[in-house]
Amino acid sequence: MLAEALALSAVLFAIGVIGVLTRRNAIIIFMCVELMLNAVNLSFVALSTLYGASGQVFVVFTMTVAAAEAAVGLAIIIAIFRHVKTVNLQNINLLKG
Amino acid sequence: MNPAMTFEGAHPLAATIARLVWLLPLLPLLGFLINGALAMLGAAKIGPADPSEGHHSEGHGNGHGGVHGHEHDDAHDHADHGHPPRHKFAGIVSLVGPGVLVAAFLLASAIFFAMRGVEMEHPYVLTLFSWMPVGDLNLNATILLDPLSMTMVMVVTGVGMLIHIFSVGYMQDDPGYPRYFAYLNLFVFFMLILVLGGSYPLLFVGWEGVGLCSYLLIGFWFSEKANADAGKKAFIVNRIGDFGFLVAMFLMFANLGTLDILGVADKAKDLPMGGAVATAIALFLFLGCTGKSAQIPLYTWLPDAMAGPTPVSALIHAATMVTAGVYLVARASGVFSMAPVAQLTVAAVGALTAFFAATIGLKQWDIKKVLAYSTVSQLGYMFVGVGVGAYVAGIFHLATHAFFKALLFLGSGSVIYAMHKAYHATHNHDDAQDMRNMGGLRHHMPITFCLMWIATLAIAGIPLFSGFFSKDEILAAVFARTHGSTLAEASLLGIPGSTVLFIVYGLGLVSALMTAIYMTRMMLYTFHGPNRTGEAERPHLAEAPWVMTGPLVVLGILAAFGGWLNVPALLGAIGPVGGLEHWLEPVVGENALRTTLGEAAHLSHSTELVLVGTAIAIAVAGIAFAVWRLKPAALVAKKDAPAAEGIARVLENKYFVDEGYDAAIVQPTVAVSRNVLWKGFDAGVIDGLFVNGSALLARAFGWMGSQLQTGHLGTYAWVLLIGVLTILGAFTYR
Repeated sequence: MLAEALALSAVLFAIGVIGVLTRRNAIIIFMCVELMLNAVNLSFVALSTLYGASGQVFVVFTMTVAAAEAAVGLAIIIAIFRHVKTVNLQNINLLKG
Repeated sequence: MNPAMTFEGAHPLAATIARLVWLLPLLPLLGFLINGALAMLGAAKIGPADPSEGHHSEGHGNGHGGVHGHEHDDAHDHADHGHPPRHKFAGIVSLVGPGVLVAAFLLASAIFFAMRGVEMEHPYVLTLFSWMPVGDLNLNATILLDPLSMTMVMVVTGVGMLIHIFSVGYMQDDPGYPRYFAYLNLFVFFMLILVLGGSYPLLFVGWEGVGLCSYLLIGFWFSEKANADAGKKAFIVNRIGDFGFLVAMFLMFANLGTLDILGVADKAKDLPMGGAVATAIALFLFLGCTGKSAQIPLYTWLPDAMAGPTPVSALIHAATMVTAGVYLVARASGVFSMAPVAQLTVAAVGALTAFFAATIGLKQWDIKKVLAYSTVSQLGYMFVGVGVGAYVAGIFHLATHAFFKALLFLGSGSVIYAMHKAYHATHNHDDAQDMRNMGGLRHHMPITFCLMWIATLAIAGIPLFSGFFSKDEILAAVFARTHGSTLAEASLLGIPGSTVLFIVYGLGLVSALMTAIYMTRMMLYTFHGPNRTGEAERPHLAEAPWVMTGPLVVLGILAAFGGWLNVPALLGAIGPVGGLEHWLEPVVGENALRTTLGEAAHLSHSTELVLVGTAIAIAVAGIAFAVWRLKPAALVAKKDAPAAEGIARVLENKYFVDEGYDAAIVQPTVAVSRNVLWKGFDAGVIDGLFVNGSALLARAFGWMGSQLQTGHLGTYAWVLLIGVLTILGAFTYR
């Protein structure tokens, strides 16, 4: 059971990473980041069967932080959209050296 | 360590007024401070100089006297016949400037008489304070009072006092009057440091200080570029010599371990005779002397130095500063007497200079230039004297030369003063210093005329005048050392020493002949024959005021009778024999004997008679030749004079030495500085490669770094992933 759960977690995380790397839309990237977070949550829960309840406690923390992060992240995306009328990250390179 | 030093506490002079010797240099320093303050105070009140203030040199000749009149014709017509306003502090300055010198001279005289009253076997050393205690070098500021320094102090303060008084008349109407006296006082301060300094570095301080004052006073009328350039030339040429002096001091410290004058003299005795150390030290010291005392090859600055006010030429560039080199050789006689090759070099260079400068003096038209080359020539004589180890003769000639040459310069000063006044009164812009514009001045300035003839007879070597005794003594000393001396046994550049000395003696005789000729020529053209100044100017020619002729009279007496300082045995009937010889014996006696192998240089009575007879004959022949050949009546004023041709042209242009130096040294230096050092190294390497190059390098690295900053999150995410995978991989497969 543990092995299947960890495998699923790894697949989800990899999907999230590939999404972040390949997609251009900020919203989708944001969702992929959330996917990665939840993949980690899944492995925490799975491993708590071995190492006690602290893994599950971590998951609660992670979800709390993810909720706050979602709020801030979405707010930033909205601000960017208002500024440049797009959420395509290909068009946003203010940090170019 | 040194017998003289341990003697200090109990020295008989310590109980006399000589313990106040430290006051001597302080007096002129005080005068400098007061006059300098007044100069600055006056400048602050007057405000920025009026550009039309053309008469800053009014009434005074300088190297280019004729040019000065131009401005004031336009701007100051109304004030032309009156005096320009004197400096508001002129009264105080006239008191303080010469006053401190009078005080210094009185103090010097008191110390001199105190010294006469005690046995001067050992020099009196007064330690003032610890100056440079560095490692092995423990240098005190000491005053060294011995007969030699006392002689110089008497010359400096005595002649200096007279020239200060003369300056009151000569410079009174100059707007820079307080500044002038400030510089002049400062000069005397440094000169006294030079002669009284008890160690070579302290002597060097005075040496540099007088150079500074010389520079300041040559360029006193600095608003004219030629004068400022002459000052710079003097300063720069002197630096070359000073380099030699510095190297000599380094060598002294490295090889003898001391820089104290007495210490060096003490240690020099133990050096090997004619060894490399003594020769090197002596030659480098002499390089310093060639700069300061205007000897070949560094003499070119002295004729240009005539751009300064004439009393300055008298004090600094004839009587005192330029003789510092002669003093230095006598001072370091302990080292020189150990190095016969260096001594021969000194004598040979001196003789060559005496000859060379005398030939140039034959064809100069500027009255001050004649005297300038005469000074260079006479300095050559002094070096011949100290070079052959006849230190007393050299110092003797130094003293008599100070008298008659100061008199000649001040006399020419009052001639120029009269000429300038006459030209000024009639708005004429002719050259007030050119002898072709003079002539017949004996009717207008009889006092100056008589006194200058005395000086001329003295310098020409007419018997019983001062120059006769000193010049004759030098020539006799050269002759005496052609046999039985260390010099005769040494050799210079492969020529045996005795041959060198015979050549030196011959050059000395020829120079003496030319001296008589060019001095008589100067007198004839200036004072005899018809007047060529101009019809309108003639009534304005007049004798200078008493404040100027007074010092001339005193100098005239000294120039006439200065020979009594050191009467030769041959003429023992007229005065005490060898006064200066006995007086200086404790300082240089031992070193002079070393050159003559332990026995006093002696000539047989008949030889001496022949030598003296030759010298007299030459002097008389020179004067007679000049009177016979030169026709002042045939001379025309400068503006009508044809250009000289042939050899006369070469002489008039001073053998083109200045042009030669310019082409051989100055221009290449400038070219190298401009093209290699400035444009090549400074602009190319320092600015281009180092400064701009390092900036370029930083920019290149910055550009490379900036290329990583694409601004795309995707790139950053990829880099992040690669980084994370690398780290994970490293941990997994290590």
